[in-house]
Amino acid sequence: MTDAAVTVATETPLRRRKRPRAVFISGIAMLALIALAALTAGLFWPAGPWVAAGEPYTPPMTAPGLPLGTDVLGRDVAAMLAYGARVSMLIGIASTLAAAILGIVIGATAGYARGWVDDALMRFTEVFQTIPSFMFVIVLVVIFTPTIATITLAIAVVSWPPVARLVRAEFLSLSSREFVQSCRLIGMHPARIVFAEILPNCFSSVIVVSSVMVATAVLVEAGLSFLGLGDPNTASWGGMVANGKAVIRSSPYLSIIPGFAIFVLVLCINVVGEGLNDRLNPRMRN
Amino acid sequence: MPSYASFLIRRLFQSFLIVVGIVIINFVVLNIPPGDMADVMAGTAGGGDPGYADALREEFGLDEPITIQFVNYMTSLLRLDLGYSFTRNMPVMQAIMDRLGATLLLMSTAILLAFVLGVLMGMIAGKNAGKPLDAVISVLALIGYATPLFWLGLLLILLFTINLGWLPSGGMKTIGMRGPWWQQWLDIGEHLILPAFTLAVFYLAIFARLMRSSVIEVAGQDFVRTARAKGMTEGRVYLRHVTANAMLPVLTMLGLQIGGMLGGSVVVETIFSWPGLGRMTYDAIFARDVNLLLGVLFMSSVCVVVTNLLVDLLYSWIDPRIGLNG
Repeated sequence: MTDAAVTVATETPLRRRKRPRAVFISGIAMLALIALAALTAGLFWPAGPWVAAGEPYTPPMTAPGLPLGTDVLGRDVAAMLAYGARVSMLIGIASTLAAAILGIVIGATAGYARGWVDDALMRFTEVFQTIPSFMFVIVLVVIFTPTIATITLAIAVVSWPPVARLVRAEFLSLSSREFVQSCRLIGMHPARIVFAEILPNCFSSVIVVSSVMVATAVLVEAGLSFLGLGDPNTASWGGMVANGKAVIRSSPYLSIIPGFAIFVLVLCINVVGEGLNDRLNPRMRN
Repeated sequence: MPSYASFLIRRLFQSFLIVVGIVIINFVVLNIPPGDMADVMAGTAGGGDPGYADALREEFGLDEPITIQFVNYMTSLLRLDLGYSFTRNMPVMQAIMDRLGATLLLMSTAILLAFVLGVLMGMIAGKNAGKPLDAVISVLALIGYATPLFWLGLLLILLFTINLGWLPSGGMKTIGMRGPWWQQWLDIGEHLILPAFTLAVFYLAIFARLMRSSVIEVAGQDFVRTARAKGMTEGRVYLRHVTANAMLPVLTMLGLQIGGMLGGSVVVETIFSWPGLGRMTYDAIFARDVNLLLGVLFMSSVCVVVTNLLVDLLYSWIDPRIGLNG
């Protein structure tokens, strides 16, 4: 899933369609809004998402103070949504960060060392790319019991290969460029060449790929919690949809609202990712 | 110039190495948590049967050094002996084989749907690049791969089953259905529409976008200009020259997507109670039947390896320019 999304988002259309700036900006604004909701959830609902706030099955827009209604147990859907945003965003960002670091380390080592080290690391990467990633995440989370930390790490474990391949390719091409060769010529320490010269030049492409990975990670987390593999101590959007599924005939809003939240978050991340691609991707800058 | 046989042998060997790598990863994962492999597999943490864990200890020789354990584990997996599933009361391999048919039907329908519609939409978008129709298709694709599978599935059930009453909400056959074979097939087809479409949407979006950029790239090449110059009609140019060539990257992507689709089928089959591997995976998650989960993971990885191999071979057959060394 990750690979495909990355390939598609970083494509280089020859006849480039101008993607409107307004879409990019509103994507960022929407993300900021969701982040704000996640951060301030504790201020608006200090008692947390689990307390009963009204009659069970109150539909949206019918009771004062409960704009999105209540669920099977009378809990405030709006509160659960805000607390769920925390989990989605936290896992999305943290797992991508971990995957990016892992990918950079492996890709940089392979690309810098070349030879058999490169061969071995690329075979290793290939194995991770072959294992069906969602299945692998499921197995990892079941074995290590679902918590925020294990879910984050499990997603990171399956998402690093595209970063590693990208960084390796950048290292291979950059280290033969003149500015790197001249650094070698003046006797610069290899560590300094890697960290001060080559790595900074990879960052823009890594950021582009990572932004798409955040979207995939959010979808994977939602899928996990829908299957009952979310952290049982936190509210999550996927879990809300799963709970709503049982009463979809009588109270469809209980599955529609949290699902829509996931959709909006992922859509915004993708839009912003594409905007970053237009602006940062070296192959598009001209 | 390497012969086809040596190419085949090298590819087979590479695939074998990947399978071995997957076995190693499984083994490492099983040995990280506290307790031993047998504890993890039997799911004793989740209230499994301790007698079963002892039987597993016996089978893998867990009192032996770790290297021997690994060799035992590896040989049993490579012989496709995936152990026993305590929740299903049958060997894991048999449980998988029982469910494979339903999943293959679902996946092949979804792939066909995603491929045909995706290529069609991508072609229309690419041919009209920059025009409103292109924009509409691009927005649809953007929506397509931001939509969570399970949410889409529920929305479709809400619309087509609950509100309109046109299609069944789950299962693979109407219970107690009697009739001639074509009626049975029609019945399965009716049950298949919603889950297959749900599973297809994400990939449809990916294929459409890939096809779009591929069409734009191919349309700018010399042989297309030649075709136009010799007076071929525009429709024929696109049909005969552009589409055929633009489809190659989509075909590669198709091979890469099998693994992702297997993952998606867990969610889709859960929603639509489709009696396949995905639904079984969901039940195994619920019962913490780790051994069954590992078996499904291993077999789906093998499926991906085999598919990639086939796509590679197909590719070098379709497009002779792609060297056998590639």
